[in-house]
Amino acid sequence: MKNSLLTKSARRARMQIALLLAALVLVFLLSFSLGRYDVPVGQVVKILISRVFPIEASWTKNMEIAVLNVRLPRILLVCMVGCCLAMAGASYQSVFQNPMAAPDILGASSGACFGAALAILLDGSRAMIMVSAFSFSLMTVVLVYLIGSRTRGSRTVNILLAGVMISSLFSAGTSYIKLVADPSNQLPAITYWLMGSFSGARMRDVRFAFIPMALGCAPLLIVRWRLNILSAGEDEARAMGVNTPRLRLLTVICATLMTAASVAVSGMIGWVGLVIPHLCRKTIGNDCRHLLPASMVFGALFLLLVDNVSRNLLATEIPIGILTAFVGAPFFIYLMTRKDTAL
Amino acid sequence: MKLEIKNLSFAYRDHPVLQDINFDTRPGELLSVLGPNGVGKSTLFRCILGILRDYQGEILLDGREARGIAQREMASMIAYIPQSHRPTFGYTVQDTVLMGVTHRLSPFAAPRAEHVRQAREAMARVGVQDMADRSFAHLSGGEQQLVLVARALCQQSRILVMDEPTSSLDFGNQLRVLACVRGLTQEGYTVLLSTHNPQHALTFSHRILALHDGGVAALGDAGDTLTPELIWQLYQVEVDFVDTQQGRVIVPHRGGSL
Repeated sequence: MKNSLLTKSARRARMQIALLLAALVLVFLLSFSLGRYDVPVGQVVKILISRVFPIEASWTKNMEIAVLNVRLPRILLVCMVGCCLAMAGASYQSVFQNPMAAPDILGASSGACFGAALAILLDGSRAMIMVSAFSFSLMTVVLVYLIGSRTRGSRTVNILLAGVMISSLFSAGTSYIKLVADPSNQLPAITYWLMGSFSGARMRDVRFAFIPMALGCAPLLIVRWRLNILSAGEDEARAMGVNTPRLRLLTVICATLMTAASVAVSGMIGWVGLVIPHLCRKTIGNDCRHLLPASMVFGALFLLLVDNVSRNLLATEIPIGILTAFVGAPFFIYLMTRKDTAL
Repeated sequence: MKLEIKNLSFAYRDHPVLQDINFDTRPGELLSVLGPNGVGKSTLFRCILGILRDYQGEILLDGREARGIAQREMASMIAYIPQSHRPTFGYTVQDTVLMGVTHRLSPFAAPRAEHVRQAREAMARVGVQDMADRSFAHLSGGEQQLVLVARALCQQSRILVMDEPTSSLDFGNQLRVLACVRGLTQEGYTVLLSTHNPQHALTFSHRILALHDGGVAALGDAGDTLTPELIWQLYQVEVDFVDTQQGRVIVPHRGGSL
């Protein structure tokens, strides 16, 4: 009975999310066996299971170290960051009623970068880097929103323009910090970090990022039905009984928290927050009840695939931020120029 | 549900829009609001819907001052049907109608099967049940307007506020939407509707409210209140009223003021 009430598109969306999830599990397991030190997939599964159920070790100590201490934290972190960036992008798009909204375009990423660079310059702890990244990130989003909504003309365009301006302002600030940073230790840390990278991810990074990410993610999942109503516009949403100012504030804070937590552990990774939600909108539809979960799974899947390329393509690792731009920008141009696509 | 407007005035900063508006609506009536462009019809509706709350005077819903009613409770009493609905992102017809149930959900819940059933019923009442799976954006203007009526019915509020619902529709769809809305008044709904077409007001409404220079120019039964003099006052156009077997028709003079 319940199923007959679902529309065809809702049933298809559920199917697609299930398929994405299956693909993510598969790639997740395969990712463990990729790398300089070869570990067969079968052993990977056994090593992972051995953490929960005691089973007889049929693998070498080195395999276990590679899987549990090196690859597991990295793979987890990649999934978490991909999931957060994509979900933040999808949420920003609903809140700003703007299909071009994304953490990088709204300035959330460049604000977070500035905040983090500042904290590195001041020799801050990891927690300080995170707090600073979040504060500046939130500040840029609020600034962009205020400027964009107070100016004349199309709000969609104005918010984008304001985002470009504020982003470049904070990029200039970041450049200045690089100029005055200590070239022997601070500068390389900032530079490397700006390119975005998961190399050297440890379990403590995973634990450190998990709480703010979960705090940002859970409320968004809970209110995701209401995010749909925001896209009807201010007057209609209020007439349908939605407290729009409160919902917007909650969503912006959550999405910014997720972005800042991601930037704080992985640096600047662009395009995921724009391309993945769009791809999900095209295939799964705009209903946030499906869009948000789909973006999470797809974001994690996409970033995991890119990270595997990043650590295995060349002898030295390519910073992942460079790769997402190489993949994301052309793909977005393809989306824009397709005849059936209206942004 | 009774709606009373008493001495309502509203200004955007220091630019007064509405001054001393008084009227009420009765259950089961269609009240058309007429008036030239920019006279403040939309502003009036936004005050009534609780979107603009810094007005002077009183808006009473069954005797309760509307300013003190939370947006969510407000939605259970008054539904809004906009001139055109252009969501940033496309939704299916069923999801669009389903959005009407939101005020009945707890802030953290999504619609359940019972709500989907209510949406289906609302769609059936205006005859759009076969479009459930189609994209709202791909419908014709008339179909879209009917879907919005279904959304308002799904909201289960007794007062429907429609801001120029027919302005972007073709001749046939204008009449179909108005006939549908008029039919709803027989089920006890109150409909408050603004229109630019006096003929529509004359043919479909029980009463009319004419706004001019920010105030009420006329209020009363459509047949008695709508006169050539009133139309001249509102639009500076000379017209004749001609009685036919199908009702009274408004015919503009050619030449003269035109």
